[in-house]
Amino acid sequence: MKKLLALLLAALLVFSLVACGGSGDATTDPSASGESSSDSATGNDVVKIGVFEPQSGDNGAGGKQEILGMQYANHVAPTVEIGGKTYDVKLEIVDNESSTDKAPTAAQTLVSAGVSVALGSYGSSVAIAGSPVFQSAGIPAIGVTCTNPQVTEGNSHYFRICFLDPFQGTVLANYAFKELKAKKAYILAQLGNDYDQGLANYFTKAFEALGGTVVKEDFPEGNSDFTSYLTNAKNQNCEVIFSPTSISYAQLIVEQSTSQGTGLPLLASDTWDSNVILKAAKGTDAKIYVTTFYQEGGNKEFDDGIKAWINGDSQAKTNNGGDDTVAAVTAMGYDAYFVALEALKKAGSTAPADVMKALPSVSYTGVSGKIEFNETGDAKRDTAFVKNANTETGAWDFVAEQGV
Amino acid sequence: MNFAAFIQKNLPYILAGISVGGQYALIAIGYTMVYGILRLINFAHGDIFMVAGLVMVYTSASLPIYVAMPIVLVSTVILGVLIEKLAYKPLRTAPRMSVMISAIGVSYLIQNLALYITGGLPQTYPKIPYISDTISVFGAATKRVTVITPILTLVLIVVLVLLIKYTKIGIAMRAVSKDFETSQLMGVKINKVISMTFVIGSFLAAVGSLLYFTNYTSVMPTSGAMPGLKAFVAAVFGGIGSIPGAVVGAFIIGICENIIKGAGLTTFSDAFTFALLIVILCVKPTGIFGEKNIDKV
Repeated sequence: MKKLLALLLAALLVFSLVACGGSGDATTDPSASGESSSDSATGNDVVKIGVFEPQSGDNGAGGKQEILGMQYANHVAPTVEIGGKTYDVKLEIVDNESSTDKAPTAAQTLVSAGVSVALGSYGSSVAIAGSPVFQSAGIPAIGVTCTNPQVTEGNSHYFRICFLDPFQGTVLANYAFKELKAKKAYILAQLGNDYDQGLANYFTKAFEALGGTVVKEDFPEGNSDFTSYLTNAKNQNCEVIFSPTSISYAQLIVEQSTSQGTGLPLLASDTWDSNVILKAAKGTDAKIYVTTFYQEGGNKEFDDGIKAWINGDSQAKTNNGGDDTVAAVTAMGYDAYFVALEALKKAGSTAPADVMKALPSVSYTGVSGKIEFNETGDAKRDTAFVKNANTETGAWDFVAEQGV
Repeated sequence: MNFAAFIQKNLPYILAGISVGGQYALIAIGYTMVYGILRLINFAHGDIFMVAGLVMVYTSASLPIYVAMPIVLVSTVILGVLIEKLAYKPLRTAPRMSVMISAIGVSYLIQNLALYITGGLPQTYPKIPYISDTISVFGAATKRVTVITPILTLVLIVVLVLLIKYTKIGIAMRAVSKDFETSQLMGVKINKVISMTFVIGSFLAAVGSLLYFTNYTSVMPTSGAMPGLKAFVAAVFGGIGSIPGAVVGAFIIGICENIIKGAGLTTFSDAFTFALLIVILCVKPTGIFGEKNIDKV
């Protein structure tokens, strides 16, 4: 009797797991199921674009917003003309869980699905971890907002459409020194995170070259108590806090900084450009400055279109954090999709090898500016937007277009 | 250095330490009581704490905060008892290792369910009026909850100690923790005692989560892991099975952690906690207040 019960329980567990898995796919991959039904309707051939993004973990929020841009782009341009033939574009979306150990598996899933080109990932560490899988499969990848130089360095298959950390770090250091008039900066970065440490490093170099001094401290993964770090910043008479962290920590830092009344301006990089930060800052006296790829209002047609689309799709709205603010990563996701289409057109075939050959010569003007690649596969960019969180309206205010 | 300036500079570290220590204490009691009664380390305890946080996020979205708070307390208690009934009770006669593994399984099950429900995104904890307000203590700005936590923790612990000392269920608990089988023979209703242990442990974890997440306003599926682990270290440090031991251990760990961060050794703040665990286990395996176990033949 007991054995029978145990067997039944085990069977029930297995069944529920299967059920969970099934429904999980359905919710995380809404566009895929939508596309497959339209395939049969139009009868066109299908070209697959891989979406290699985190949807859970520390970078889940940012990854989802980046995917939104691609989904919207796919909604605007669902077909592409390749070699005189019309193809339906299908997005293959995988979740790399913001984790460097899950990234290769996720990348392998895309390779097995037979994608012609892959987009992503939000978070440089994950992009670097997934890179060898794409390389050995001969599939080109386009980094959307991964800003660490190592992503494209020393390989020929990884391209990127955004600016890089050495550039971003220098811009931020310049801004802190020249505009915020800070002579001493406090840097707060996550231990063992390529993105955080890279930016902290470039910021330090540039800031010290300008004649400033820095104090740098690290926090371990999963930390939620930043009060002591903020007290350190204040006790050492720092005039600005630079914290290139992921959004999960950013929210806590903003919150604790205001409730502790440090009064120090918070300076951050592209990851902080998110409505999560705006919500945390609203109604407080936080002074937050970020550098980013796109400023809402830069292209009215795109802004209006994507807002209407987000408001019309409850799932999209949830993924965007519950409102219709256009994040810079969303705009970048949108541009990345069109760069991929441009490359497919130029290649004249859906074979990954042909797309890879075509990519270096692609030139495309998107909502975030003109995109052309240099010899390492990076986009040629020389300006970044600096934005300030408006604590009254809960929106980003444009401050300046800052070069090096 | 001027004394007032010195206080103003270093008080925030101590305040943060005492506050986080109080929160660890509330979780540590759950570990230590369950261990005292069942000789089981309830690995799911940190996740119960996290679920209490999530319940608050979701209930406060539709209900006023004064209704949401009791709901959080009650539902956390129900969850704790339910876990005991479903995952530990059927294994009462099984080897201790099986129960431990069952506890680890429950922990991961809860974390992954939370991941599924939240979609892996950090959830913003609602502001509880009054205790979320910023106040100034001797010139150091902090949230009111920082000051309330240690006081509330001590009050709850005094109540708990009185309960264990003078009530019938308390006496039964002490009897069971001394000798499981004999107390059963003496007519102690063992299942009732165990359920009560989980009720108290989960209730305190829920109170701890209200205080903790008011201070650190972001709930993630893994939010329970770190505080849970540190509370566990605190329980071992104080002598697992001893309630005053858990409380003292928790405050020591909370304060030391923040002093280390203040001393500029931020990278090592977590390493310290776990190095402490190893040292304690080597030097005094029963902890500060732990009883020596005499094996009778």
